[in-house]
Parts: sequence; structure tokens; C-alpha cells
Amino acid sequence: MSVLAMKLPGLDLKNPIIPASGCFGFGREFAEYYDLSVLGSIMIKATSVEPRLGNPVPRVAETPGGMLNAIGLQNPGVEKVMATELPFLAQFDVPIMANIAGTTLEDYVAVAEKISKAPNVAALEVNISCPNVKAGGITFGTDPVVAAELTRAVKAVSDVPIYIKLSPNVTNIVEIAQAVEVAGADGITMINTLLGMRLDLKTGKPIIANGTGGLSGPAIKPVAVRMVHDVYKAVKIPIIGMGGVTCAEDVLEFLYAGASAVAIGTANFIDPYVCPDIITQLPAVLEKYGFKSAKEAVGFAHR
Amino acid sequence: MRKQEEMLIISQHEIAKGIFELVLKGDLVSTMLQAGQFVNVKTGDGGLILRRPISICNINHETSELTLIYRAEGAGTKVLSEKKAGDFVDILGPLGTGFDLDQVEVGAKVVLVGGGIGVPPMYETVQRLSKRGNKVIAVLGFASQEDVFYEEKFQEFAEVHVATMDGSHGFKGHVVQLIQEKGIDFDWVLGCGPHVMLHAIASEYGGSKKGFLSFEERMACGIGACYACICETKDGSRTRVCKEGPVYDMSEVKV
Repeated sequence: MSVLAMKLPGLDLKNPIIPASGCFGFGREFAEYYDLSVLGSIMIKATSVEPRLGNPVPRVAETPGGMLNAIGLQNPGVEKVMATELPFLAQFDVPIMANIAGTTLEDYVAVAEKISKAPNVAALEVNISCPNVKAGGITFGTDPVVAAELTRAVKAVSDVPIYIKLSPNVTNIVEIAQAVEVAGADGITMINTLLGMRLDLKTGKPIIANGTGGLSGPAIKPVAVRMVHDVYKAVKIPIIGMGGVTCAEDVLEFLYAGASAVAIGTANFIDPYVCPDIITQLPAVLEKYGFKSAKEAVGFAHR
Repeated sequence: MRKQEEMLIISQHEIAKGIFELVLKGDLVSTMLQAGQFVNVKTGDGGLILRRPISICNINHETSELTLIYRAEGAGTKVLSEKKAGDFVDILGPLGTGFDLDQVEVGAKVVLVGGGIGVPPMYETVQRLSKRGNKVIAVLGFASQEDVFYEEKFQEFAEVHVATMDGSHGFKGHVVQLIQEKGIDFDWVLGCGPHVMLHAIASEYGGSKKGFLSFEERMACGIGACYACICETKDGSRTRVCKEGPVYDMSEVKV
């Protein structure tokens, strides 16, 4: 077994590095930069039943150590994703995590049922935490009862294991994590963006057309590490950690906190090569801190 | 080949008020083939993480040099403007879709319209059109005399007219007024500048002339992945300014 390999429900990972949903499109743009087969997995852009045009511009604003975005889940809809995007990704030797989103429970069920049957979809990532759409998204991720209900419904129709993507915009994230575990989730991915706002000093109005946006980037890393650390203690299902990761050392910190794999988001916007670069550097960083494998570092903070 | 490189600064000068000309050298230049594309620049400010998209002003394959012209306005570009010859800058590119000059018929008369920081991409463009024998007229617009740059450089390749909003240099008014005042006749119009200028060009000539317009939009990644910089086309589809753009056919895009 290789130093970096990791086995999670539905996912036989060559390494624990996964580009995060919404930061990697459907892989096409990055395929112009490197061979996507080097990646552990790919979390594709959130897919809904119908095509979504997304929010008006401006959709992003820069902040110290990060950025706010309110793209609004722009995507071509599940039919098109299955007809063109997933077949495109099938040329690469990489299991896909299909991120699914909706405005009603029925939407999630409909997308899950269809997309989980695609041959290269190895797992679903259920997005109950998008802060940038008016209906659905985060409303499913802030109440443990509602989150559990959605988890059960998606689990019942999915042909592949399901991971629930948690929102940090809650009072007690552990409570939500436990609720989705009991409801049958195979794993957890965390965290989505933190709800934020920036104002234009001349107009006094928000810079982002949507008003609020989700904060991502290095600024949120300590919040994400703390939350993974808390949730690891409270659940038995595996966690895929994310939030502000830019280098192999950051990956190690998430493994210590309890993540079994790590997703890279905003850093892809700054350095398109960040994922393959981290995969190359990770073995040396593991060795430097005395680990024989990535697996050995998982949960080190708790030992 | 990796599309990202630490490029060496050959020179950097302030050529107009707050406007900097940056000459960089590196292998990446060999991959820059089209006028109107841009590069995404890591400005090196610790607090801000995103790159800054800056359009390509001049490509020299013989010397492997690239010229960028930008306005030092925000924190990131101010840090960039303080770098000196001998320093390195992290460049990603070339990015986006530039001017498809093959569509411009040999023998066609072309007017190039640049407004402020929209002037730089027109400099690579004017050289290419002039080399293939097109009659080119450059119409350059600035706010005031202290903002004017590259007037003489364009004169090597084209008939040049300059407009300033306050009339302190050249024609007083905006670029479309100048084109009309001088009675300039043309087959193609290529424009890059503020949205209000592109709007004026499209409303005046959108129905009668062929043209390309280069857009500016707030970007995050610059490579088509984040869907931040959306521009709506006339058929209702939403395209990415950093990928399908920044240059669009004037007949296809809503201005």
C-alpha cells in the first residue's frame, strides 16, 4: 500500500487530495493544466435537477486572506452533467464525488437517484450548506432534524455511499454531524464557506450583488480545523476536511484533526497546479513529522 | 509545459499618472500567440491572495519579453509597482480568448479604440494589423493629459487620434464623438475600455460595422473555473469573461 493511499466508503483513493466542489468546475479547465488522474478524487460542481443560471455579478469580493463568493450554484442541470461532463471525466483514472444540491427534498432525491448511477460516480456529496441561494441549500444544513430527514431520503435512493457536506454557520456543528450519522450518512465533508459580507465605502452597499457571500481561503482554516477536531471526537464515520488549505503542511494539520482526506478549494483559483504540487510534496512532509503513511497521521491530535 | 512561471523583471517605469509599464522575461512568452489575451499576476501582497488579471500589451518572441501596462490602484497592484528590475513576478498565462485577427479581411480598414487602461492590448493588435497590411486608425481616449501614454508608440503603426475628457490634450470629448467629428470611415472596430465606452461603440456601430469588444469583469481564478466573471450573450447564455472572453464578437454580446 502506497504512503498516500486511503480507503473510504465508495472511495479507493490513490492519495487523500481532492479538489473541492465549486472550485474545480467539472474538471475541464484544469485538464488543460495537468493529468487529472493524479488526483485522489474530484468533487464536481454542485449539480441540480434543472439548469441554474446563478446570481448576478459581482459574484466575488476579495478579503484579507480569502474571498467572498456568491456564484449561486450555476450549473447545466443533472441531464447535461450526465450526458457531457461525467463522460468527459471518465477518460481519467479518478473516482468522482458528485456534489448534489436542490431547493426541496424531492430535488435532492431526484438528482441523487440519477447521478449515483453514473459509472464513474463513486460517492455523493450532499450539499446542505450552500449559503448563496435563496431556497434550499443551507436551510437543510442548520437543523439536525431536517438534515437527518434529507440524509435518509438521499441514502434510500443512492446507488453509492453518501457524504453530507456540513455548514459552519451553525451554533453546534457536532449536533448536525451526529444527526446525519444516525440517519445513515457514510461520511462527512466539512466545512462549507462562512457567511460574510463586504460593503463598498462609497455607496454603503454590499460589493457582492447577492448581498452576502461565502468566505473561503486561508482565513477560515483555523475554524475548519477546530470543527473537524470537534466532529472527529463525536462520530465514527470518516471526515473529508477542507477550508483554506494551500500546502502539504495544511493537509497534515487536517489529518491530525481527524480528516481522512482533504479537499482543496480556493487555492485552485490562485495556483491551478496546487493539487498535484501538494500530492508531490506530501510524502516528504509526512516523513518530516515521523509518519510512515497518511493514514497513520489521521486523528494524531487525539492520541 | 507549465503555464506558470516566475518571470524576471527587465524594467518597470511609471509612464503616466499611476500607470506602470512592466517588462518581463521568461519561457512563457513563447506560448503567447494572440493579441488581446491576459496574464494573471501574483502581486505578492501578503494579505490579498487572488491574482490580478492584466492584459498583454506587447509580445517579443525574439527576446522572450512581455510588456504589461497596469494602473496601480488597489493594494495588490501598488505592491507590484514597487518591484524593481531583477525581481521576479509569478505569472500565469496566457489566458482567455483574444482578438481573432484572421477574421479581419486583408485590406479592411480598421479602427482601434482604446480607453484608459484599455489601451495596452491595442498595442500588440496595432502591430499585427499593420504588419499584415491593414490600414489602421488608433483612437485613444484618456481622462486628462497626465493620463496619456503610448501615443508616439502607436504612431509608428497607425494614424493616431487622442481624446481627453477635459480637452487638456487632443480632442475634448469621448472616443466615439472623436470618430464622428473626424469623419473616420472603417470596416472593423476593435474596442477595449470601460463599459460605458464599449456601450457607446456597440450602440453606434453594432448594426452597421463588424467588430470585437474586449470586456473587463471582476475575476477570481482567471481560468474559467470559478464562474465569477459572467457576461451574458444575446442568445441568453452566460459565458465567462476569462475563458470565452475577454474579447467577444460585437454582434454576439449584450453591452
